[in-house]
Amino acid sequence: MGSFQSLPDDHQYRTLSLKTGFSLEQIAILHNRFKQLSQNEETLRRDDLKTIQDLESNPIRYQIIEAFFDRRNFQKDGVGSVEEIGFEEFLTVMSYFRAPAHHITEEQREEIRRAKLRFLFNMHDTDNDGTITLEEYRHVVEELLSRSGALGRETAKGIADAAMLEVASISVGPMAPDEFYEGITFEHFLKILKGIEIETRMHIRFLNMDTAVFCKQHSV
Amino acid sequence: MNFENDCRFKRKLTKRGNCNTLSHQGLQDKQAEQNSVKDSYTTHNESVFQNPHHQQEENLTGLPIVTFKWHHVETPYLVIIWVFVAGLAKLSVVELNHHVISVVPESGLLIILGFILGGIVWGADRAQTFKLLPPTFFYYLLPQIILDASYFMPNKLFFSNLGAILIYAIFGTCWNAATVGLSLWGCYEAGVMGNLDIGLLQFLLFGSLIAAVDPVAVIAVFEEVHVNEVLFILVFGESLLNDGVTVVLYNVFDAFVALGGPRIDAAEIFKGIFSFVVVAFGGSFLGIGFAILLSLLTRCTKHIQIIEAGFVFVVGYLAYLTAEMLSLSAILSITFCGICCQKYVNANMDEKSVTTVRHAMKLLANGSETMIFLFLGVTAIDTEIWVWNTGFILLTLLFVFIYRIIGTFLFTWMLNKFRLVPIEVIDQVVMSYGGLRGAVAYGLAALLDEDKIPEKNLMISTTLIVVYFTVILQGITMKPLVQWLKVKRAAHSDLKLIEKLNNRAFDHILAAVEDICGRIGDNWWTRGWNRFEENYISWLLMKPKARKNRDYLFSIFHKLNLEDAINYVSEGERQGSLAFSRSDEAANVDFKKQFGSEFADVMPNIMVDMSNYELGIEHFSVTSIVKDTIPSVSLDIHGQDRKNAMDDINAHHLLQQHLYRSRKHQHRHKYSRSHFSINQNEDEVQEIFQRTMRSRLESFKSTKMGVNPAKKITKHHKKELTHKMPNGHPDGTGHLYGDEEVEGLCVFLPHLIEAGIENPVFLPDMDSPTHSPPWLMETEAVAPSQRAQRRLPWTPNRLRRLAPMRISTCSTDSFLMADVSLTLEEHEEHSQTDHVEM
Repeated sequence: MGSFQSLPDDHQYRTLSLKTGFSLEQIAILHNRFKQLSQNEETLRRDDLKTIQDLESNPIRYQIIEAFFDRRNFQKDGVGSVEEIGFEEFLTVMSYFRAPAHHITEEQREEIRRAKLRFLFNMHDTDNDGTITLEEYRHVVEELLSRSGALGRETAKGIADAAMLEVASISVGPMAPDEFYEGITFEHFLKILKGIEIETRMHIRFLNMDTAVFCKQHSV
Repeated sequence: MNFENDCRFKRKLTKRGNCNTLSHQGLQDKQAEQNSVKDSYTTHNESVFQNPHHQQEENLTGLPIVTFKWHHVETPYLVIIWVFVAGLAKLSVVELNHHVISVVPESGLLIILGFILGGIVWGADRAQTFKLLPPTFFYYLLPQIILDASYFMPNKLFFSNLGAILIYAIFGTCWNAATVGLSLWGCYEAGVMGNLDIGLLQFLLFGSLIAAVDPVAVIAVFEEVHVNEVLFILVFGESLLNDGVTVVLYNVFDAFVALGGPRIDAAEIFKGIFSFVVVAFGGSFLGIGFAILLSLLTRCTKHIQIIEAGFVFVVGYLAYLTAEMLSLSAILSITFCGICCQKYVNANMDEKSVTTVRHAMKLLANGSETMIFLFLGVTAIDTEIWVWNTGFILLTLLFVFIYRIIGTFLFTWMLNKFRLVPIEVIDQVVMSYGGLRGAVAYGLAALLDEDKIPEKNLMISTTLIVVYFTVILQGITMKPLVQWLKVKRAAHSDLKLIEKLNNRAFDHILAAVEDICGRIGDNWWTRGWNRFEENYISWLLMKPKARKNRDYLFSIFHKLNLEDAINYVSEGERQGSLAFSRSDEAANVDFKKQFGSEFADVMPNIMVDMSNYELGIEHFSVTSIVKDTIPSVSLDIHGQDRKNAMDDINAHHLLQQHLYRSRKHQHRHKYSRSHFSINQNEDEVQEIFQRTMRSRLESFKSTKMGVNPAKKITKHHKKELTHKMPNGHPDGTGHLYGDEEVEGLCVFLPHLIEAGIENPVFLPDMDSPTHSPPWLMETEAVAPSQRAQRRLPWTPNRLRRLAPMRISTCSTDSFLMADVSLTLEEHEEHSQTDHVEM
């Protein structure tokens, strides 16, 4: 079962650590989790993630799972999605949610910000054409609202449309009536989320100690 | 000013100095001694008044037509006069000089104005007749401020920072109390203050009352400097909760002082700590209990809507008084009552009641805030309370200031080890500088028992000086400081919906990633709580109907829609309702024309059919609407308008039918104490919808008569359209809205502008102006710009938000199908009933 399965391969971990910025302990924990999810296989498939119990109540779980298998998120200029991912890819996707280091330059911060936003953007832009079209956005909103049963599809649509309208007005400004707003480009996306401190918002705490994994074992 | 008259009056009435009006209010005094003192004054006063009155009556022989009964109304009269004066004071402070108010915070100005008023009273009476008495403050002025603050607390922000807030509120306050008290005692022992009759316990008691940051002062100052929300919630939440803490602390030390130094042993200290916990948490839980009661109550007030708003205040106040009665923390009680009930109460109550509560709450809170600051100033002008001790006063100021800073940095340092987003140094500076003391400290100082604490007056004057110093000086310098330090300000943005949507997405994404990496983190807890809340608490505390609509996103959407609708109506009226309704018809027409131009290239044959058909209609059309369909062959932008000008009479007719009827209905007021609403179903939003709907449906109906050949075509178009849109058809027009065009309502107007060639045959032969009227010109910029639309809310584009929501699927669909199906009538009825239901 590969080099990961044996004793924590220090060298391997170190390379990963350099690549993703996780500490060795964190990598070890995540690796455990990875093995747990993939049932000790070397690669992880969509179905493995779908079995996580807590995810079931998440309205946008498919988008999130999809993000793990999206080439764009772990390769430069990657296109399309893959069937299964190895630990390195898993870790790379996870690293989007890592806290930024405390002392970084403004440019680095900006870079991290862009990377995180790109991740989000990719999650919305399912067909990878560089824009989030109204259809794509509607889809996301519908999923988002699908949990609160009272809101029908019509309402979700309305909300998505209204939101899109807001985006259009922000990013393009006044439009001539015959102009057509194709969708949210990445630049617009950056503009919209300018106010949100993404580097702190899109962030979860990764444990340094292997405790939580035990609590969650039942979920697999 | 009548205030002076009032003072004269007052002088006649109360010759004796110390007596004060506010004590006449029949406030229950906490302390028995004070009570008896008050009684004696009151009786004394009354005897003073009785005399002239009696004399007057004796002098009169026969039936008096009017008599002067001052003493009957004295107390309420004086109270109301002061309220009036406070109102005038606020007015003058806000209105008189905008330049001053941009520098000095309102609270500071009110205090200064209070000095002046106090000076006038003192000049007239040679004593301060009016004072802010603790019972007045604690029972009549403070509760509504706290309730207001907690009721409008941004809950999510509050609870996500609860840990930090609690640390600051509990440990920060204890730290402040202990260090200030101990340092003062140390200095006293070192002999800096000269000879004072004061012991360690008294110093600690004083430290505890001066420790708390005052919510009233903090809100007043921080509202004017818009700092970022995390900083705001930290300062604000802390000030709110530490009031509770400080009162508890004060009571504990008060009990210790009463007990006397030698009798305090370890057991007593332990009991003190225990009572601290019981009082604080007991008060909080009591508040939550009342919140549940209130939420349950509002579940079933459907038929007494007019008074349901009152329950919020009554139950809130009840929470306060009950906690006071049980000697639990009243402030914490009312705080948690407000925080916990807001969501359910707002969902349960009628929208109008919610508005009522909001406004009444603000009114009360703002009013008492004004009173408090004014009286803090008035109170100062009194020779009796001022005892000067340079060492004590200056050292207190110094320690209060320094320990606040040390405390803030210390606790923030500890917190930052655990916080996801560390609190920045700049924010810490502002936090420590924002440690304003206020009326709570003064109230507590005034409550001190002179028998047990001989230096009470020194403490009062010190407290007052600290209050003035912090509120006025720190208040003034706060804004420049915030600017100078470049503190992150609150982001102002027009983004509403998109922001909320993104936030929602974030929440889910984070929770999901936590799940995937398999740890129980913050998001896990949040989500677990949310689920529990959704399933059980909401089920218990919310009306089933409210539960359905309570999705947060939906409520934002709803709010935006209401805003739109109201703007739409008012803008329409501003432009003259006639023009408004006309543009409406024009829009209607364009819907059809849109199809024409849109598909001219795709299906030329059908186009021919359609135009034929349209020309056909011309022959037997009678209504203005159908006539309007002619310009589908028109390229001229302005043709529409001219056409409309010709159709004025028809439009007018329509207006009368659709617009004024409901208006009249609306204005048929009847007096009723229990039903305020005129007709709930016909508020503005409703009206606009009914109006536009009906006219549109009618237009469809009338086209339908000759439409049969077009039926399939339109259907076909629709498919075409929806197929095309997702691919981002580049040469289309108005594609932003994709297939919405088919859904009616939405995109009519933009297409008006790119209308076809004008066929001169159909032009009215009148010399109508060739330029569009301004309101139509504007529509050319119909751009979906949010701002532009604010200004132009009546463009049908704007309605897009409204479409799916207000009229619900029924009526939207009825549009859709109007030209397709034969079930129009049914749908129309549907949409009508829909409106009525709403």
